[in-house]
Amino acid sequence: MTDFIFLLIKAILWVAVGVGMVPFIIYFERKFAGFFQSRMGPTYAGPWGVLQSFGDMAKLLSKEDLIPDWADKPVFRLAPYILFVPAFIVMALIPFGPMGVEIFGYTVDLVIADFDAGVLLFLALGTVAVYGIVFAGWASNNHWSLLGSLRSGAQMVSYEISMGLALVGLIILSGSLSFVDIVDGQAGNFWNWYFIPQIVGFVIFYVASIAELNRAPFDLAEAEQELVAGHMTEYTGMRWGLFMFGEYVNMVVVSAVMATLFFGGWRAPFEALDFIPGFIWLVGKVLFFVFMYMWIRWTLPRYRYNQLMDIGWKIFLPLAIANLAVTALIVSVN
Amino acid sequence: MGGAPTNGHAHGAEAVHRPTLEELKERKIRTRQRVHEGQETITVSMGPQHPSMHGVYQAVVDLDGEIIVRTRPGIGNLHRGVEKLAEQMTYHQFIPVTDRLDYVASFAMNHGYCEAVEKLMGVEVPRRARYIRTIAHELVRLANHILWLGVHIMDFGAQTFFLICFRDREYILDLFEMVCGARLTHSYARIGGVSKDLPEGWVGRCRSVVEFLPKRFDEYERLITANRIFNKRARNIGIFTSEDCNAWRITGPTLRSTGIARDLRKDEPYAAYDEVDFEVAVEYNSDVYDRFLVRMKEMRESCKIIRQCLDNLPDGPYLAHDAAHVLPLKKNVLRDSAAMIQDFMHVLRGPQVPKGEVYRAIEVPKGEMGVYIVSDGGPIPQRLHLSTPSFYHGQAVPPMFEGEMLADSVGIFGSIDVVLGDCDR
Repeated sequence: MTDFIFLLIKAILWVAVGVGMVPFIIYFERKFAGFFQSRMGPTYAGPWGVLQSFGDMAKLLSKEDLIPDWADKPVFRLAPYILFVPAFIVMALIPFGPMGVEIFGYTVDLVIADFDAGVLLFLALGTVAVYGIVFAGWASNNHWSLLGSLRSGAQMVSYEISMGLALVGLIILSGSLSFVDIVDGQAGNFWNWYFIPQIVGFVIFYVASIAELNRAPFDLAEAEQELVAGHMTEYTGMRWGLFMFGEYVNMVVVSAVMATLFFGGWRAPFEALDFIPGFIWLVGKVLFFVFMYMWIRWTLPRYRYNQLMDIGWKIFLPLAIANLAVTALIVSVN
Repeated sequence: MGGAPTNGHAHGAEAVHRPTLEELKERKIRTRQRVHEGQETITVSMGPQHPSMHGVYQAVVDLDGEIIVRTRPGIGNLHRGVEKLAEQMTYHQFIPVTDRLDYVASFAMNHGYCEAVEKLMGVEVPRRARYIRTIAHELVRLANHILWLGVHIMDFGAQTFFLICFRDREYILDLFEMVCGARLTHSYARIGGVSKDLPEGWVGRCRSVVEFLPKRFDEYERLITANRIFNKRARNIGIFTSEDCNAWRITGPTLRSTGIARDLRKDEPYAAYDEVDFEVAVEYNSDVYDRFLVRMKEMRESCKIIRQCLDNLPDGPYLAHDAAHVLPLKKNVLRDSAAMIQDFMHVLRGPQVPKGEVYRAIEVPKGEMGVYIVSDGGPIPQRLHLSTPSFYHGQAVPPMFEGEMLADSVGIFGSIDVVLGDCDR
């Protein structure tokens, strides 16, 4: 019974933190954009504009829920959730502290689900999210949406492969598919983290994750310059808000996965710093990767569709396979 | 990215190779071969409400996947009947209307119109006025190209650069605000000169701006010229050879990107262009990237021209003394009875114009702007025709788009620099 209560508390807390971070990440994105573009960003709502995202949310919630006549209505309604839900499931797999911690006399594992095939589940759920975008584009029955979702479908499927292969090297190294075991494998100081032996895998994973998240310079699905808003063109109000929200939740989750797999998860960079709770380290790493996404987005132009495919298939896929081969060779020799 | 730009060329040896016309045609044909007739297409309408279309241009495109098969351009959404308006106004009254043609470079429009009217009336423009016009025209060229650059890079998906450009354009708009009170619609030129003399301290401020802007251009070059993604995207798209340009009457930077050094500032000098030393920017690849390079070079040349004009700025009147054709100086109107009569005559009746026809073309930032006036001797033109560059450039969109990818269409359209006020008139 206590196990179940703790599970419930952990689930609620983790989701609350994840969701609670999103408005602030949106706020930071806008502030950073302002900083990059020599302007102020939001300033009016709350001190320094920190409440801007909540104001936006209130506005979106009060909008009329508009569904076009020509849309495929059930699919149209379903699409935002398909994008949204897998991200939360992946959250359950991320450990945010050591196993078997004593809290108020109870022994607690600081992870919601220590799933044996966690990495596999993460990759599988990432593929499910594509359906959200494809359904949205198809159900909207609009040319821009259709083009955007087709692009995004092709893009995500291509990058999924490099992404998966980039992780195989790491899995060979750690000998486990479980996030908890992978973090345990990186115990000690920061030079034990997997990003050092797996630097190629990390770079591929990072770039592929930008493509997976549909962010610039790979934001072809919603390329404003040609496709208006891609798959989101026909969405209004909170349904549109869910897409945006889902995008940012995905960003947090992928950053958390990246921190966990390559950067020691909740572990401090030095053992001497272990007195700071693991949760804070994890959030710090997540915020760092989120900042990197923003930095890239506000600096670079966008790739063209065929160039994106070229990079995915002709550069990243061979690189990922080479990385896998080299890792396998070294591990088997040792 | 990174690396110091050398003399405006961050890409080194590649620029030295000059493709022949045959090579360029070959490239264009290869693009067109992507179009297969008889495929099922979908039709989408880009504009006039598309978020990134420049102004209210409409391009209805048929797509085979991502490839553009056919384009039907639609113009006229901003038509205001400017040429008809001209037939109901005196020559002086029409100057503010010319602001609304190419509102990004409104002084250039004033200037082109005034040059034509002066040719018709035979007005001699004082030397100082010619220098001031040259400075103002080059400033407006800088403002136009900087704005164009920001929007053009945004067409390729980079959001931040747009605002960097807007920030730098402010310096030029401030200069115009100081001299004529307006930032966008200047109405600064007058028949026979300019409306106001340069205010005190303006020359120094202008000089500091043109000293400062080339440093900014170095920054742009570091950010864009050598940028890998921009290079990959902008090279070899939207190829329009010199033959095509002649067939479609394309002028300005787009023509100069094909290797033809036609620039009316050099070929048929007006204002003070024959007294300053500058180079005509030319590139050879005829693609979107080279149009960008041409404009980057032109901006540096503009700074050079302005610096020379400021150094040699002569003293003297800024408006011609010619009672029959030119408005009196405003400060004299309430003091001097002759000036007052002159003012009344011009405002109530209009200038005294000889009979005849005249055509005058000048190089505005977007290309060649021609003004054709038929006068029957009255104070109002019998017929005034404007031949503005954007109109011709807007027509050339279908052959430029053919076989290109949808993602590049906006960039190609941006590269020919069309302003719809100028196009629809």
